[in-house]
Amino acid sequence: MLQPGVSTVTANAGLEKSLRRRWRLGERFIESWIFLNGLLAIVVLVGVLVLLLREGLPIFAYTPPWEFFFGTKWYPVSEPPTFGIMPFFVATLTVTVVATAIAVPVGVGCAAYLAEIAPAKVRETVKPIIELLAGIPSVVMGFIGLMLLSPLVQSMFNLNTGLCGLTAGIMLSLMSLPIIVSVSEDALRAVPSEFREAAYALGATKWETIRHVCIPGALSGIAAAVMLGVGRAIGETMTVLMVAGGALAVPYSPTEPMMPMTAAIASGIGEAVRRGLHYQALFAIGLILFTMTLAVNLIADKVLERQKRKFVR
Amino acid sequence: MTSRTMVSRQLSQRTAFGLLMLATTIVIVPVLFIIIYMIVNGAGAISWEFLTQSPSQAGKAGGIFPAIVGTFYLMLGTLIFALPVGVTAGIYLTEYARDNWLTRLINTAILNLAGVPSIVYGLFGLGVFVLALNFGMSLLAASFTLACQALAMTITTSREAILAVPREYKEGSLAVGATKWQTVRHIVLPQALPGIITGAVLAMSRAAGETAPILVVGAAFFLPGLPQSPLDQFMALPYHLYTAAAHVPGMPKSTIWGVALVLLVVVMSFNVLATVIRLRARKRRYG
Repeated sequence: MLQPGVSTVTANAGLEKSLRRRWRLGERFIESWIFLNGLLAIVVLVGVLVLLLREGLPIFAYTPPWEFFFGTKWYPVSEPPTFGIMPFFVATLTVTVVATAIAVPVGVGCAAYLAEIAPAKVRETVKPIIELLAGIPSVVMGFIGLMLLSPLVQSMFNLNTGLCGLTAGIMLSLMSLPIIVSVSEDALRAVPSEFREAAYALGATKWETIRHVCIPGALSGIAAAVMLGVGRAIGETMTVLMVAGGALAVPYSPTEPMMPMTAAIASGIGEAVRRGLHYQALFAIGLILFTMTLAVNLIADKVLERQKRKFVR
Repeated sequence: MTSRTMVSRQLSQRTAFGLLMLATTIVIVPVLFIIIYMIVNGAGAISWEFLTQSPSQAGKAGGIFPAIVGTFYLMLGTLIFALPVGVTAGIYLTEYARDNWLTRLINTAILNLAGVPSIVYGLFGLGVFVLALNFGMSLLAASFTLACQALAMTITTSREAILAVPREYKEGSLAVGATKWQTVRHIVLPQALPGIITGAVLAMSRAAGETAPILVVGAAFFLPGLPQSPLDQFMALPYHLYTAAAHVPGMPKSTIWGVALVLLVVVMSFNVLATVIRLRARKRRYG
């Protein structure tokens, strides 16, 4: 027990000082930990890129990039093996085009309806259903495509098999709808209401306002929505693995069985010998996929940012 | 303006609105159809035995208990690895980061992380966790892989939750002499908790349905028992569904529909849980 008086004050001050110092040290430590975690997103993204480069690039010593990209023969297990990814690339392109052709008009139309026309009650019923769609796992969508859609497509187009690019594209269009609808709807909502009021004041009907004021005003946001939908379709794996048909030839029509890039990786990786040529080739496909989706997302981000700045005064 | 053009303008408006409504119908009808169809077809297969017994005859008979347990292990593993770092990153971005090039770079990275195809995460997991770190094809490797994929989501949702905490609370805390970290720890985090939990539950739901990555890093179609350690291989519902539907000839149809329905119920119930938490928190804050 300390004597009351001056000495207590000084002792307390000393205690407080040392406590505070320890505190500050602890906080310094915590804050640097927080900073490191903040960097984690960059670390993982760069990590993915480095890994793909490290495991994938060596294939180009065996197959030159030109032959890899434009070769039409993928025979990973023959002697000697050949690696040409044109069939996969064309397949990815086909299913993505089919998916986008369906999802964009439907998705943007739905977004315009929800943002401009629908009464609050309808919107509050429809939006959870769209969220529900976004939550359905891709393997379930693949299964539905396998069981329900592919027999339908087969009989409608009189095909040998319903497992083809068209079926995959239709399923993918469903899967890219939620993001197209939500991003387009946000973009439409961001158009200031003064613009609409001005159009009404000039005597425009509601539809004319939507058509000539709202949609042009939200156009870059809608473009970003489309790009994000395309990115989704390019990267989707399970659905195309299950319903696209898995044929190794370059497809000439959407109604042929085909194997998009994601499916090629998923179906080959189990058999590929670790660090063998086949393995390296699959990582190189992964690298191309990564680059494609990265480019699409970066552009979409830039476009969205511009859209956001557009109406800020 | 003549009345005739007015009529035609009204007509074109009606046609256009009809088309927009049709688009909305095209979006929602398949969703409802898929879900109802799955319930109708899958409900018959689901029984107590189906949910609680191990598979037999190479998966063609018996239950799917190990796949259900494996999926819950994966969800838990993803949560353990992705949530703490995600929340911490969210704290950094909202409370500490300045508006400079580094922060912009981090935000761009998060955005792009969310867009990386799931199969590419699978390759990443294979190269890093399975091979380089030598975890083998295992529950641990799969959890880490799914956690990397979930990272973007846990960071974004934590950031949003923290941003929504009213500024006055923080200012009050700082005004009575609390340090920045004390304010974060005692004021910001408790307030942001419902939002953070919502994000965590969504990330778990996502992890439950994810198939492509675990196909690469270690799911098995048929194992006699449950994994005994994190380094064991495991069964999981989405991989089970994929293999049963696409690779096992003679698999009873009702079983496959049953697996699909169980998976859908697991994923959806976590989605609903997240929504409920979000709505309750909003109610508490805004009355």
